[in-house]
Amino acid sequence: MFLDHIWLIPLFPAFGAAMMFFFGRRMQKAAVSTVCVGVVVVAFVFACVTVVEYTHFAHGTGQPFEKIVYTWLGSGDAHLSFLKRDGTPAQFNADFGFLLDPLSVIWLLFVTGVGMLIHIYSIGYMAHEGGYYRFFGYLNLFMFSMLTLVLANNYVLLFVGWEGVGLCSYLLIGFYFHRKSANDAANKAFIVNRIGDAGFILGAFTLAWYLGSFRFLDINAAARSGHYLIGDTVLTAAALLLFVGACGKSAQIPLYVWLPDAMEGPTPVSALIHAATMVTAGVYMVARSNAIFVLAPTAMKTVAIIGALTAIFAASIGLVQNDIKRVLAYSTVSQLGYMFLALGVGAFAAGVFHVFTHAFFKALLFLGSGSVIHAVSGEQDMRNMGDLRGRIPTTFKTMFIATLAIAGIPPLAGFFSKDEILWQAWRSADGGFPYLWLIGFGTALMTAFYMARLIFLTFYGQPRMSQEVEHHIHESPKSMTGPLVVLAVCSALAGFLGVPHSLGGSNGFEKFLAPVFERGTEAAIAATEEPHHPAGEEHRKLEWLLMVLSVGAAVVGGGWAYRHYALAGKDYPEPIAVKAPPLYTVLYNKWFVDEAYDYAFTGRRKLGDIRLGAMGAGEASSWFDAKIIDGTVNGAGWSTRAVATLSTWWDKWIIDGVGVNGPAILARMISYPTRLLEWGLVQWYALVMVAGLLGFAVYYVWK
Amino acid sequence: MAEITTLHYLVVAAALFVLGVIGVLTRRNVVIVLMSIELILNAVNLNLVAFSRMWGNLHGQVFSVFIVVDAAAEAAVGLGILIAFFRNKETINVDEIDLLKW
Amino acid sequence: MTPEMTPVATPFFFYLLSGLAIIGGVLVITRRNAVHSALALIVTLLAVSGLYLMLYAPFVAGVQIIVYAGGIMVLFLFVIMLVNIERTVKERQFNRIWPAGVLAAAALLGLFVSVYVKGKTLLSDPVTGKPLWPDPTISLPDSSNTQQIGVMLYGNYMFAFEIASLLLLVAILGAVIMAKKRI
Repeated sequence: MFLDHIWLIPLFPAFGAAMMFFFGRRMQKAAVSTVCVGVVVVAFVFACVTVVEYTHFAHGTGQPFEKIVYTWLGSGDAHLSFLKRDGTPAQFNADFGFLLDPLSVIWLLFVTGVGMLIHIYSIGYMAHEGGYYRFFGYLNLFMFSMLTLVLANNYVLLFVGWEGVGLCSYLLIGFYFHRKSANDAANKAFIVNRIGDAGFILGAFTLAWYLGSFRFLDINAAARSGHYLIGDTVLTAAALLLFVGACGKSAQIPLYVWLPDAMEGPTPVSALIHAATMVTAGVYMVARSNAIFVLAPTAMKTVAIIGALTAIFAASIGLVQNDIKRVLAYSTVSQLGYMFLALGVGAFAAGVFHVFTHAFFKALLFLGSGSVIHAVSGEQDMRNMGDLRGRIPTTFKTMFIATLAIAGIPPLAGFFSKDEILWQAWRSADGGFPYLWLIGFGTALMTAFYMARLIFLTFYGQPRMSQEVEHHIHESPKSMTGPLVVLAVCSALAGFLGVPHSLGGSNGFEKFLAPVFERGTEAAIAATEEPHHPAGEEHRKLEWLLMVLSVGAAVVGGGWAYRHYALAGKDYPEPIAVKAPPLYTVLYNKWFVDEAYDYAFTGRRKLGDIRLGAMGAGEASSWFDAKIIDGTVNGAGWSTRAVATLSTWWDKWIIDGVGVNGPAILARMISYPTRLLEWGLVQWYALVMVAGLLGFAVYYVWK
Repeated sequence: MAEITTLHYLVVAAALFVLGVIGVLTRRNVVIVLMSIELILNAVNLNLVAFSRMWGNLHGQVFSVFIVVDAAAEAAVGLGILIAFFRNKETINVDEIDLLKW
Repeated sequence: MTPEMTPVATPFFFYLLSGLAIIGGVLVITRRNAVHSALALIVTLLAVSGLYLMLYAPFVAGVQIIVYAGGIMVLFLFVIMLVNIERTVKERQFNRIWPAGVLAAAALLGLFVSVYVKGKTLLSDPVTGKPLWPDPTISLPDSSNTQQIGVMLYGNYMFAFEIASLLLLVAILGAVIMAKKRI
């Protein structure tokens, strides 16, 4: 019953957004909070009930449930069909339809759940800000778009949600629109995302062209039917294009640059959109397309390598950043890299599991950092914090739990998900490779280091803020700490959903997701044929070893940070800056990627009068086109024109003059006498009538 | 004076008719042309009524009533056209109404 | 017809009314100012209506006064006021072909005259040999004239009457559509 009305879930927040759009300006803050938070709570409750119904009362055993409300684009009409690549006609159909299967269940639950907590948190966080209703309206609109994205049953509707979340991201990053940096960041996010979106559209349409449908179920069925070989070129291209889209939305190399700048938005936005939900849309989409990706090993390898590189790259930048939110932003990019690493080695369930746990602890970290910023009067620079643990205890405790979780200390959530990824990176049948594990291992080390650095700089050491700020430090209101506590509990316990077999668990999470990620015949055969497949006892020992190593890395990284930052006073030294100044400069300037992009793409950099980069190349080819190509064209044009002038003269005077106008003039001359009778005076015609009448009467009378 | 016969009426009607024809054929002012048409119609009416009297039945009078109806309709439409035309061309002279000449 | 109801001084009234009608007609087609023309036309119409009375046609006379003098002429006067421009008074009043028009009208008049003259002999009663029109004895029952016309309109002329009403409706719509600036 709830399952049949699943389409209502996105509409609740849409209703809230519409209310804010039409009436928000005139509503009290309390009313705004009631409406906007209320609709998300309702959506969450509805989602929970729906999921319970789905898992316990409906089809059971992970069969996808599809509800098509109506056909939104295209129809059953024959004339709307297109030809597939193999020449058979297919219908162009995009439904307003919803798909609930284990994968979307996961996303549905944590999007509504975490979203609800962040909405509650925002009541306290935004209490003193202007544009209160605007903020909540955007948040609700975001929830609507995200839920549409997650519940869509085809690529086109997914794309609607995809663009919707992009739009909301833009609006919310630029929420403080009077700040130029915020506007720039918003534009950057939007533009970079467009690049990815172009890839996504091309990928989706390639799939439709090749397989004949946008619907996930159709595409999965086709891909698993065994008609397509592993390594199929078109499917590989489609998978790579889809991955370009995922790169944009989920901030992977080379399109990750917008995410750190997106921290210009209010902190709840960073937590909701740029940490917990929206940036995982790329992961969702790749996981959703898993049937395609397993047929394209090249694409899988690309995903894994990009993911691993992004993970370590972003983590290395995070080591030295001083802005508390930026550290978290790079941490997010890095963790997203982990997720893609998992997807790329075929461990889809592990990637999704990490998305799930990451949503909790990263949202918690962001919300905690928001609480810290709130406490120190808007300061974001960690160099001006310190010794806050006693003054904002709830925030400290919850953030500490989250840090342990992200660093991978057992038995918190991050440990299970991250170790699953590392283990799969080592041994997965779909391209696991020890080097990938090594990169992940290094990333884990760095993660522990920078997260511990964040905690120590913020909560330990000497107070480094000004007297005035120190005086004002206060714990945040209940509406902010409440969500923190809930999220802390989740961060601590979520991992137990997926305890791996090697630790005596049943890995229920993976089992739950298994129906989504089942392999088709071809891929399944390939998977079993994988030669180096350690089995049994040996296999378990190796997994334990890797686990101990990564926990050790977490402890070591945290220990280093403790040594250098735990007692930091004013002007504390940065260890990397002390030991390797050039490396510090490079890391501090984020590997100069923004500058490189600036040189390569924006066209703002000039050497003398000549632009550099892509725009410069464009200008050069423009010059070549204008001078050389167009010169040739114009030359041809001139000669044509000369010939044409001559031909015009001939046409005008000889053809038209003698041939055409001659007969016309003749006809005019001949017709001149008749024209005299018809000269436009109506009374003349009446006179003729009278004359006719006279003639008629005279004829009759004197006949 | 002699007895007034039907012929007398016919002569009067003929005079009115000819006057109407002259008006229609010569005046430039459209309003006056329309009035001249009314004169012609009246002349016809007079004939009809006179013959009705002569033959001693009422068909002629009924016809004249129909002609009055016709005249009313003609005047209404004609004057409507006149107003529409005047709005466009700022003139009511017949010999300037020659858009269809070309 | 009873002697009491015989009209008195019939020739006098006939010549008076027909003189008024013809003078009015002449004025209609000669005045510069359209308002004067309209007033002259009213005189003509009233005189003709008097002639109808003399012909024992009171209903037609009434219709003449009510519809023509009361309705159509008011419409004319309104339109004259709407389109009245001083310029037309000062301009040429007759078009370039007026001699031809007058000539044609004169020919028409000649035709009428010759027909009437001829008709005296041509159109006499074939049985009695008496001319048809000087017979004043045939008279109409004037007392119930209107009633009888009504009976005929709703009897013999039913269809024509309905057509006439439709014609009026069309004329009304047509006039409104023509004269309105924006429909």
